[in-house]
Amino acid sequence: MEAGLLFKIILVVAMFAVSLLVAMYSTFLERKVSAWMQNRKGPNRAGPLGLLQPLADGVKMFMKEEIIPNVSNKALFIIGPCVAMTTALMAGALIPWGGDIELWGRTFTLQVADLNIGVLYIFGITSLGVYGIMIGGWASNNKYSLMGAIRASAQMISYEIAMGLAIIALIMSTGTMSLKEIADQQDAGLANFVYQPLGFLIFLICAFAELNRAPFDMPESESELIGGYHTEYSSMKLGLFLFAEYINMFISSAVIVTFYFGGYHFPFQNEINEALGLSTTMATALGTGIMFLKVFFFIFFFMWIRWTLPRFRYDQLMRLGWKSLIPLAILNILVTGVVMWMNGKIN
Amino acid sequence: MTHYVFYFLSFLAILSGLMVVFSKNPIHSVLYLVITFFAIAGHYILLNAQFLAVVHIVVYAGAIMVLFLYVLMLLNLNVSAEPVKKTWVKVAGVISGGMLLLTLVATFGKAETQPLIQKDATIGVTANLGKILFNEFALPFEISSVLLLGAMVGAIMLSKKEVNK
Amino acid sequence: MQPLTNRSKQVVKKEMTFAEKLYLPAIFGGMIITFKNMFRKSATVQYPEVKRDMSPNFRGQHVLKRDENGAERCTACGLCAVACPAEAITMNAAERKKGEEGLYREEKYAANYEINMLRCIFCGLCEDACPKEAIFLTDRIVPTEFDRDDFVYGKDKLVEKVNERIDVTKRQTPEVLEFKKNKSLSHNKI
Repeated sequence: MEAGLLFKIILVVAMFAVSLLVAMYSTFLERKVSAWMQNRKGPNRAGPLGLLQPLADGVKMFMKEEIIPNVSNKALFIIGPCVAMTTALMAGALIPWGGDIELWGRTFTLQVADLNIGVLYIFGITSLGVYGIMIGGWASNNKYSLMGAIRASAQMISYEIAMGLAIIALIMSTGTMSLKEIADQQDAGLANFVYQPLGFLIFLICAFAELNRAPFDMPESESELIGGYHTEYSSMKLGLFLFAEYINMFISSAVIVTFYFGGYHFPFQNEINEALGLSTTMATALGTGIMFLKVFFFIFFFMWIRWTLPRFRYDQLMRLGWKSLIPLAILNILVTGVVMWMNGKIN
Repeated sequence: MTHYVFYFLSFLAILSGLMVVFSKNPIHSVLYLVITFFAIAGHYILLNAQFLAVVHIVVYAGAIMVLFLYVLMLLNLNVSAEPVKKTWVKVAGVISGGMLLLTLVATFGKAETQPLIQKDATIGVTANLGKILFNEFALPFEISSVLLLGAMVGAIMLSKKEVNK
Repeated sequence: MQPLTNRSKQVVKKEMTFAEKLYLPAIFGGMIITFKNMFRKSATVQYPEVKRDMSPNFRGQHVLKRDENGAERCTACGLCAVACPAEAITMNAAERKKGEEGLYREEKYAANYEINMLRCIFCGLCEDACPKEAIFLTDRIVPTEFDRDDFVYGKDKLVEKVNERIDVTKRQTPEVLEFKKNKSLSHNKI
């Protein structure tokens, strides 16, 4: 087999493994962070410091009784969580996790696929994420699930527009849709959030909404919809829904870092690499490490917001999306265009 | 290799297209339509039009079909609620559909097919597509955007409450 | 009306300023608060390892005491059952046979003695009513069970073991002892 293909396969498998591992420990971190913020201790019984808690949770999920409601649409009831999980894992293929590494005398890039429409692909996958929730919610044949599914679809479509407009401003200023090129451009200049502060803010808020995370967790608001779309789910199917949310959180943190915070690049990168005398592979490893630090910061940020803000009311959510974020995003595009024209980048 | 992918996608598109028509449950119809869209997006990629493929998925599968699902879930369609159609409506439908089929078969049966040759490999790349859209086809592009704007204004007008009756 | 404290705040519903409408400063302020709380000492007590101090007159699971010779003090007079507001206590009396003097202190004793822990409200009135200082509430917590029947505690669970005496001296606070000295107030005349 060709070495390039072999490397890609290894990378894909590693991608899946890392995504699942990070998602696993995100559930643990979420419980810990919420505990710290509420002056509690959090899970600390399973293993040293409670580090085996995710495993215990997973075993619990698998051992629980599997309940499929009699009146549900059985095929779609099973397909729902599968779709949610698949779409969650798909977006990871486009993220550039690092620069080049040298193995077996050849150079490989730490990215599964570098499409020239990468940004659009990510956007497309995000728009498909709602299907898992909608199918699952409808197939449960439960009014709370249906309400959750309907809220999810309305919310995600509304915030996709603002997100897309924020991305357009980013594409305008970077001039490319390849994620690797976007990341590499920020090595030479400043990180993109300096050029696109408003765009970054809009993108971040929309990411919260697309992830169905607090303060936008309307589809699953446990106090009013008793879990929303996953009310009827139990056992590992429920686990897949919850897990998909954490994988989405990991991937969207990686996307935010790549789009606005330079991906695997960091300030004074070349100077530091020269001072330490690192080889290409080692420098890439350092960059990937830095990238993961940034990603973890954003995962923490998502949790931080969740345990700080209360949930929006539905009309407030829609008003924010349609009446604030979309006009702001259009304004952002306009300002970006004017600034680029004044700088002579476009004529 | 490409041949097999083409045949697989075509088979999938036609099969799920038929299932859209034949499935009793409207929600199933919409989901089969989504699969059809995916198959067609696959065809676009085979034709080296990645931008079109992704936009097809984003717009049709990601937005329009979600709205369809949204409406269908709220409608609570079931067999008893379905209005009984009159016989002459069914006959008229069969005749008009058959005539359309006849026309299509007659047209495409005579059309000469040429083997598909990629004249320009970079035609589907976003930058080139944008250049073509905004230079050669600027007028149709702008006109269609005005059309969409008109539709938007119309939708807002329809949904607005009348203040004074 | 005269305000009780000076802590009340007058609520004004006024139009929000632009900065307030942005919500971002408020969100940022909230985030600082939660971040500060991350470094506060947690209020958790690690229960099985660390136990919080209980009040000396904490009222938990009951115990039926034995006297110094190991004989049951209870004489099945039924005063506790009468005093019980939740009607959780039932008992059957029996007469002491010859040769059972080491087992039961009085001529009459409780053949059955049951407390339904689901009914019990742990008020401690049984303890006050007891003329023989036989029943006490202790600082033990009634454990959970899977069956309702298991919450009906019989003599096997209530009577203390001869070699595992339950200490109830903690409950004998100076006030209690003072009260018991005053024989005129008490029915507890031994």
